Amino acid sequence: MNHLSIMNLLVLVVKRDLLLAMRRRADVLTILVFFILIVSLFPLGVGPEMDMLRKMAPGVLWVAALLASMLSLGRLFSADYLDGTLEQMMLAPQSLSVLVLGKMFSHWVVSGLPLVLMAPVLGLQFDMPVEALLVLMFGLFLGTPILSMLGAIGAALTLGLRGGGVLLSLLVLPLCIPVLIFGSGAVEAVSSGLSVTSNLSLIAALLMLCLVFTPWVTAQALRISME
Amino acid sequence: MDINWFKYSAPSTFYGLAGKLVPFFAIPAAVLFAIGMYIGFFVAPMDAVQGEAYRIIFIHVPASILSMFLYLIMAGYAALGLIFNTRLSSMMATALAPTGALFAFISLWTGALWGKPMWGAWWVWDARLTSELILLFLYFGFIALHASIDDPRRADRAAALLAIVGSVNVPIIYFSVKWWNTLHQGSTIKFTGTSMHIAMQQAMFVTLLACWMYAVAVTLVRVRSIILDRERTTQWVSELKEIA
Repeated sequence: MNHLSIMNLLVLVVKRDLLLAMRRRADVLTILVFFILIVSLFPLGVGPEMDMLRKMAPGVLWVAALLASMLSLGRLFSADYLDGTLEQMMLAPQSLSVLVLGKMFSHWVVSGLPLVLMAPVLGLQFDMPVEALLVLMFGLFLGTPILSMLGAIGAALTLGLRGGGVLLSLLVLPLCIPVLIFGSGAVEAVSSGLSVTSNLSLIAALLMLCLVFTPWVTAQALRISME
Repeated sequence: MDINWFKYSAPSTFYGLAGKLVPFFAIPAAVLFAIGMYIGFFVAPMDAVQGEAYRIIFIHVPASILSMFLYLIMAGYAALGLIFNTRLSSMMATALAPTGALFAFISLWTGALWGKPMWGAWWVWDARLTSELILLFLYFGFIALHASIDDPRRADRAAALLAIVGSVNVPIIYFSVKWWNTLHQGSTIKFTGTSMHIAMQQAMFVTLLACWMYAVAVTLVRVRSIILDRERTTQWVSELKEIA
């Protein structure tokens, strides 16, 4: 086991988490249904005028994705924490940061990727044009991993606390604001005929930044929470 | 001469020092605030464009400046506590948070009062207002996380990590919101001269100084009660004459 390379470790963690997620498919579906429900509530709340809905669509979809990813963050570490697996993982001689990165990735596959795939269908409900839908999808594709990674820091900090869910949102949502701004900004840019590269590049830059720093920060947060 | 630089990093010695320091900050705060208000209301002329309503900047600007600086200072203390495991640094960070949140709130509130006559709206989704609001949420997050963890040492470390992540994020949030929308007037005071009347400047700097003094005094008082709370089982606390 000591000869496990970083890549092997990553694959092992991702495989295990995805397998666990597949055994409890209801959890994954709940998040997706929540996402669809939130998006569908907006036209009911603000009225069915298509002009307004088309303008609101990127913001609504992004905010709904943000809320849906908050919903699933509580489960990121809690199951492993409760049955003691997390403690064993921390005692393992492998890098905790890589392990955490694997968990972040599988969390994104389970809770972020379905939203990315579902978003264009919901965008059609808001009468979004095709090129806007593509930009929205690409923005979500780059942005939802950031939500999983920033969320993991919050999930690690609030591990095992009472009232963790609300607290988690209070900690993580302010940090996610730049992603929301650039993500819906890209869609608005393409709708008004501007270039989308600046907004998408900024999201990609945030993604790279998170990829480098958040696994390590989350590992530190786990160490604080577990001692 | 051999100076022990770390003498006052122990809560037991700092408790006494903080108590002695409080009047040196509290009294100047009150005096400077009175002077600043006098200059602001009676000496500074009426603004040509904004009339009398501009006078709210004498509290608005210092509150905004302090709300941002205090977050950085808080994150700095929190980082010290996390890295060197010094209890007092974490206590200072905890003591600073409510004052910072208060200044962020005052800044938003006075901004709204100023915005109504100037912009015709209590609130606009402008870059600085929005990032100040987010800053207030970051303070709330810090306080809430600290409050919800029972073990104070774990609370210190978890909140410290959050403060550090937050302070890295503050510039990113600021620029993202700035590019998103800008309506707020640009800075009047720049390092290369200013377009302000001299009395207005004086009033603002005096109230800024007063707010700094106030922040230090209140933080020292608060850190004293935090020390007492955390160290209530120790020998030296039970020997204090205000306890017995």
